[in-house]
Amino acid sequence: MNKYELDLLKIIADIDGTPSGAYNIRANGGLAGRSTTDNIDIVTKTDLPGIDIKIKPHTVGETVHIPVVVSESGLTDTVYNDFYIGEGADVTIMAGCGIHNCGDGRSEHSGIHTFYVGKGARVRYIERHYGEGDGNGENVMNPTTVVIMDEGSHMEMETAQIKGVDSTVRKTTAKLAADASIVIHEKIMTHGKQVAKTDFTVDLNGNGSRANVVSRSVAKGESEQVFYSNVNGNSRCYGHTECDAIIMENGRVAAIPQVSANNIEASLVHEAAIGKIAGEQLIKLMTLGLTEKEAEEQIVNGFLK
Amino acid sequence: MLELKNICYAVDTDSVQKEILNGINLTVNDRFTAITGPNGGGKSTLAKIIAGIITPTSGQILLDGEDITGLSITERAQRGISFAFQQPVRFKGITVKDLISLARGKDTSVSEACRYLSEVGLCAKDYIDREINASLSGGELKRIEIASIIARGTQLSIFDEPEAGIDLWSFNNLIKVFEEMHAKLGGSLIIISHQERLLNIADRIVVVADGRIKAAGNKDDILPELLGVGATCRALSDKL
Repeated sequence: MNKYELDLLKIIADIDGTPSGAYNIRANGGLAGRSTTDNIDIVTKTDLPGIDIKIKPHTVGETVHIPVVVSESGLTDTVYNDFYIGEGADVTIMAGCGIHNCGDGRSEHSGIHTFYVGKGARVRYIERHYGEGDGNGENVMNPTTVVIMDEGSHMEMETAQIKGVDSTVRKTTAKLAADASIVIHEKIMTHGKQVAKTDFTVDLNGNGSRANVVSRSVAKGESEQVFYSNVNGNSRCYGHTECDAIIMENGRVAAIPQVSANNIEASLVHEAAIGKIAGEQLIKLMTLGLTEKEAEEQIVNGFLK
Repeated sequence: MLELKNICYAVDTDSVQKEILNGINLTVNDRFTAITGPNGGGKSTLAKIIAGIITPTSGQILLDGEDITGLSITERAQRGISFAFQQPVRFKGITVKDLISLARGKDTSVSEACRYLSEVGLCAKDYIDREINASLSGGELKRIEIASIIARGTQLSIFDEPEAGIDLWSFNNLIKVFEEMHAKLGGSLIIISHQERLLNIADRIVVVADGRIKAAGNKDDILPELLGVGATCRALSDKL
């Protein structure tokens, strides 16, 4: 891997050198490294580009890294990754995509990740998206996440688009069986003329299922964001969706949360708040000796932390 | 030393000029000055003018002889003015540790934070990673606000009604906090307060009403007059 790719790996996956545990590194559409463990197997798909990640039941405390880096300008890369998480497992999965585009072509990565979370299993899924480059080429990422959760399973999904992604459409769907729960935290910052769309659909199918979808975003410059979320309460369940956005300069944000109760026992809440940084927050930090610009940075960094 | 020279402040309400402050002259060189007076009298406005949050219509503000009237909030803060808000500001994502670090201008460890938080009766371990958001009660926010001012330790600290929003139990501790600050702090304190017990520990009391200074002096001169009763009617004065 070249220097750009190693730098990207560090940013999106905290990988410095070789990661520990199971991993699969994809660079410019090809395999750049793989490691498996006794409990976690990674197999290349034969019908589609991508991999199957198979985690044995009751695997506890292991981590899987599956970062993708793109440093060739003009490359379009689509990948299908399926995760089979065995009953009672408790694992952390770190995915992420970094694009370094220094040419004039459009670099595009679309990852379609499907999770089959077994009974009582717990998964922490972390996904980071980052783009950079000194050319005029666009960085495009369209991640799709599909989560199928068996009884009593739990998933925490943290997804962050850190910087430099010109266009993104992020689609996440989850179907929850009885007593399953999912917590999704999304963080997005857009700047320049970037466009970001996110779309969450959660079906709370089983009694006792719970979902909490929280999005925090900052839109700077001329950028534009749209947040859709759709939580369907089809059982005795609890669902909460929240979009909280800061707009700066000429940034624009639309939040369209939807909750649908299809069962008398469903309890659903949605919240959305969009606005510029409150003047009193800036003043408070300025009374501590920060300049207005430093205060703004602190507020944005804290908000997206 | 802080000097206010003929400070006036007026606002336009429905194209009618309303005077909030009208010729305030005040020199602060005592360790502990309390500003009191009726609601709407201009006390908070005066405090915000000192901190640079409000620009006076006319008049001059000097800090140690330097004219700071035209300086920004940031510049005044850097010269050693601290301001505790009457209603502390909430932040999503900024933690108590972040706030104290920003106040001190450097990163803060748990044991360092403990020094400041314990002063206001909070255990650093329980609070350091808490976000300064709606999950904290009004009283907790208020104490954290005061701790951040103690952490700055500047030559002039202004507190706008520190007792507001604090329950009775916490209030007793708050008195102790200010007594200790009075004893330990190197700089000057200005406290805006309605509380007799806070006024009682001040070196000097300034009464502001209708945008003017109505009286200024030590507590023995000012308090009886302020409470409208002699020392004989303590029971009544406690209920006022």
